[in-house]
Amino acid sequence: MAKRIDVSGLSAFYGTHKAIDDISMTVEPRSVTAFIGPSGCGKSTFLRTLNRMHEVTPGGRVEGKVLLDDENLYASNVDPVSVRRTVGMVFQRPNPFPTMSIFDNVAAGLRLNGSYKKSELADIVEKSLKGANLWNEVKDRLNKPGSGLSGGQQQRLCIARAIAVEPQVLLMDEPCSALDPISTLAIEDLIGELKERFTIVIVTHNMQQAARVSDRTAFFNLAAVGQPGKLIEIDETERIFSNPSVQATEDYISGRFG
Amino acid sequence: MTTTVIPPDSPPSPPPPPATEAKSATRPGDKIFRGLSRGSGILLLVVMASIAAFLTFRAVIAISGNEGNFLTTFEWNPAGKPPVFGIAVLLYGTVISSIIAMVIAVPIAVGIALFISHYAPRKLAAPLAYVVDLLAAVPSIIYGIWGALFLVPYLDGLNSWLDTYFGWTVIFAKTEIGAARNLFTVGILLAIMILPIITSVSREVFLQVPKMNEEAALALGATRWEVIRMSVLPFGRSGVISASMLGLGRALGETMAVATVLSPSFLLSGHLLDAGGGTFAQNIAAKFDEANEYGRDALIASGLVLFILTLLVNGAARLIIARRKEYSGANA
Repeated sequence: MAKRIDVSGLSAFYGTHKAIDDISMTVEPRSVTAFIGPSGCGKSTFLRTLNRMHEVTPGGRVEGKVLLDDENLYASNVDPVSVRRTVGMVFQRPNPFPTMSIFDNVAAGLRLNGSYKKSELADIVEKSLKGANLWNEVKDRLNKPGSGLSGGQQQRLCIARAIAVEPQVLLMDEPCSALDPISTLAIEDLIGELKERFTIVIVTHNMQQAARVSDRTAFFNLAAVGQPGKLIEIDETERIFSNPSVQATEDYISGRFG
Repeated sequence: MTTTVIPPDSPPSPPPPPATEAKSATRPGDKIFRGLSRGSGILLLVVMASIAAFLTFRAVIAISGNEGNFLTTFEWNPAGKPPVFGIAVLLYGTVISSIIAMVIAVPIAVGIALFISHYAPRKLAAPLAYVVDLLAAVPSIIYGIWGALFLVPYLDGLNSWLDTYFGWTVIFAKTEIGAARNLFTVGILLAIMILPIITSVSREVFLQVPKMNEEAALALGATRWEVIRMSVLPFGRSGVISASMLGLGRALGETMAVATVLSPSFLLSGHLLDAGGGTFAQNIAAKFDEANEYGRDALIASGLVLFILTLLVNGAARLIIARRKEYSGANA
């Protein structure tokens, strides 16, 4: 189920502009790894290279290797579509399919992957919505459109949709930045539960959030605007927030820049 | 959505602002612009109302003198003694040729629009979009001449092929020999004419699909077609419907091209490949010059029916769009 991610020598480009430079790191399975750093440091771009979403952007290009256990996601014989079926993603702004009902939203990924019996589908949808702590709020209106839910509920619906296909890894790109504090808390609690089953990588601008939810934290930075972003260090979250080994990390965390 | 929370201890209503402040808020520019925009709105309503009133007034004169049944008579002889005329053939011809046009044009237009918006490399997409828009700039009489001189002879082969293999469907049975100056040809020509408007409106809608909707599908492991099916088409649905209705409106009212291609007759035939038939606009254009005062009233009465038909089509389109509003992308 949950797999280890091994990144080595990874650079990503937008056309000729290098957005991130030579990143290597290991993400442990069944844990939460947080990416922090100032805006434009490439943490979201890096996240999007982990499920080959970066190359969807016009001009997007990647060099280097990403191993999921032992399989290189960027090997020439790997289909990006199948990568995205094993590495799920939750976005900054909740993006349920506006024309689909709540049920169909959760079932969308399953229907792409194969045919299920009606009862099977209903079971998985229920399990996923329960997994996303949304079941009790929506069980009476599964056939209502997903866009009618509140922002926090929509984001949990998106998480349910992502976990319904049982991915190996769950990527979250600032999943709470469009949410109020109470919804944020609900998502953070959920992340704590989900890490029992999935490898989770989360990008966040909120350092308290990184400190609350993650086991390990990676700090990204860029030398100057227009320069590629780099991985400064990755370590146990406790260590990063108390006694980081690089001065820049400490400066960022203590609010001296960024 | 913004909501203002008023603290409970604030005064229930703020003191009324001084009169001078309210006065200074209106500037001459505001007044002039408000007058202009309000005037334009009223003018539009007046024009619409006067067209409707004119059509209705003349139509009442025509219908009250008609000795035949206006809806079911297969004849157009308002100059006769007694005058007998009916719109059955025209209504049939207009609706059938427009349906043929829609059946052909909508899928092709949606296909072209998707190709331009989601499949074609950028270098190809822009010129292609331009060419499609150019099709809309061709005057309808040119389409008519091209249809009559080029399309009709070329469609002879297609017609006999359809007759041979699909003659059993009755509608494609050709029961008389002659050039393909029939409703089927008119439908094909109309399809070409409404293709650009449907294509360009659909393309615009498809390009407006929010990136996050498409990425939602992509991140689930959707292929390009699956992204289109899950995100693009549902989002563009109401846009495609309105685009089609715009096209249908043009097809229903098209005059010159139909008048040039069709060999008109007041026969109502289920055989689409037999020459003959007519449409409202074609019939008016063909007969208006030679008609006497009462004959013109009769033609205007048929014009009123076309006017109502177009209104109904547009109303239906709006209903379809409104009914799905809850699910549309607009409130995402």
